[in-house]
Amino acid sequence: MATVISNERLANGVYHLRVRGDYGGAMGQFYMLRAWGAYPLLSRPLSIHRVNGDGIEFLYHVVGEGTAILAELKPGDSLGLEGPFGNGFPAVSGKVALVGGGIGVAPLYYCAQELPGSDIYLGFSREAYLTEAFRPLAAELTVNVGGYILEDIDFTQYDHVFVCGPQLMLQAAQLKVMSAEAAGRQPKVYLSLENRMACGIGACLVCSVSCRDGKRKACTDGPVFLAEEVVFHG
Amino acid sequence: MVNTTASIAGVHFKNPIVMASGTFGFGREYGQLYDVNLLGGISGKGLTLNPKAGNSGLRVYETASGMLNSVGLENPGVEAFLAKELPYWETLDTARIVNLGGNTLQEYVRGAELIQEDADSRLQAGKPAVDMIELNISCPNVKEGGIAFGVKTVAAREVVRAVRAATNLPLAVKLSPNAEDIAEMAAMCEEEGADAVSLINTISGMKIDIRKRRSVFDNLYAGLSGPAVKPVALRMVHQTAKRVSIPVIGMGGITCAADILEFIMAGASVIQVGTYNFMNLRAGSKLVEELQQLMIQENISSLDEIRGIV
Repeated sequence: MATVISNERLANGVYHLRVRGDYGGAMGQFYMLRAWGAYPLLSRPLSIHRVNGDGIEFLYHVVGEGTAILAELKPGDSLGLEGPFGNGFPAVSGKVALVGGGIGVAPLYYCAQELPGSDIYLGFSREAYLTEAFRPLAAELTVNVGGYILEDIDFTQYDHVFVCGPQLMLQAAQLKVMSAEAAGRQPKVYLSLENRMACGIGACLVCSVSCRDGKRKACTDGPVFLAEEVVFHG
Repeated sequence: MVNTTASIAGVHFKNPIVMASGTFGFGREYGQLYDVNLLGGISGKGLTLNPKAGNSGLRVYETASGMLNSVGLENPGVEAFLAKELPYWETLDTARIVNLGGNTLQEYVRGAELIQEDADSRLQAGKPAVDMIELNISCPNVKEGGIAFGVKTVAAREVVRAVRAATNLPLAVKLSPNAEDIAEMAAMCEEEGADAVSLINTISGMKIDIRKRRSVFDNLYAGLSGPAVKPVALRMVHQTAKRVSIPVIGMGGITCAADILEFIMAGASVIQVGTYNFMNLRAGSKLVEELQQLMIQENISSLDEIRGIV
């Protein structure tokens, strides 16, 4: 069991959880969190927001019963943590854009620390958060509230683009890759998916992702996939 | 020291805790979290003769004290399993159970034949890797085969008879709670020469998205598991154990050592743990330890003392 250091509300329904302990991981990997007994049944997968000397940090949006319980955690409370799991973002070089939509900004902070000099694009539907934390890490920071952050990005300017956000945004990013390819530049675009999971370790097959080469697991093959591999609505 | 061992058709179980098919992969993933040799056994992910992609769309939905799954038997197929997973199973010191499903009678038989042929050559080489077949006639998540065979005793008899003729490995038949009469189904399995029956598989259930006005699952219905099904499972294990003289492998919503003792008291020889693996990734090692402690506390020196006592 891990101990909560703080659990700060950043915006409406958005929280920043800091947990003490020797927890590591790579950018884009996740942990399974559990701060309750038998119900809700499943633990909740949350991507690593940040790793520091004292422990590990997560960012989450309250969307259901599990995250509602997480939001009640107080400093000193304990919670179960298993991980790190998954195949995260690759350690790349070249010109990188980090693109987050809503709570999808969560894993990008760690990416920004690991890949200094990246351009960072953050999109929010109503209320922006954490933008000042991202600013010192960004070569250039673009924030969009109420619009479509992807419209602010020219993919052809980048070697690598990391995207995390709602599924419609990921699909839009996939379409954008194709038009960037048509324009002659071929950025490698990576999407972080957020399928529902049960075990988180590749055993149960409920987080299946349709890919060009067949079904794959969001938890162990992903959650990060090359945009061209994923077949949405497959 | 308490005696937690059990035996089914000559297969030794160091304790009654077996990991249920579909929740434990082939053991490798959990093996990175704890020593799976602590377990009584492992029932691998359900196989079919040919690889299967499984169901499209959403595959899991949480319910009150349970979950619905609609995986649809996604699996690599028998041959890929034998080639890729058995070298790992060969190294394990726990009962290794192959779970075999099928869409047609021919598929079941051919799958069993391949497993038997492999077991024969492994036996000759002194490298056995499979201790038992668990025949799945009851997966609710596939449209043909599975559930049809699992509901009607007449149809199930055909499958059990044909698979029994195709293998001399110890054979357990996994039964569906959706069967017309599960104890009757078990009696049929005994008549056809099965060495054991295992129950229950998931209970067919449903979840509707009221905004979309459709089931959340592409396959319409899905299989309910978890603590919600435990009372039903326990009753069915009890009824079945009273009816047949072959061993019963009991499962359904087990999450603690007391649950295990309940199933043993209802007549189970060993039990399986499924959904609890998702609630606690270290469920196996935790239950093995807790069962020892609870038996000491309750003054039970051997599971034989309490098996079927109710």
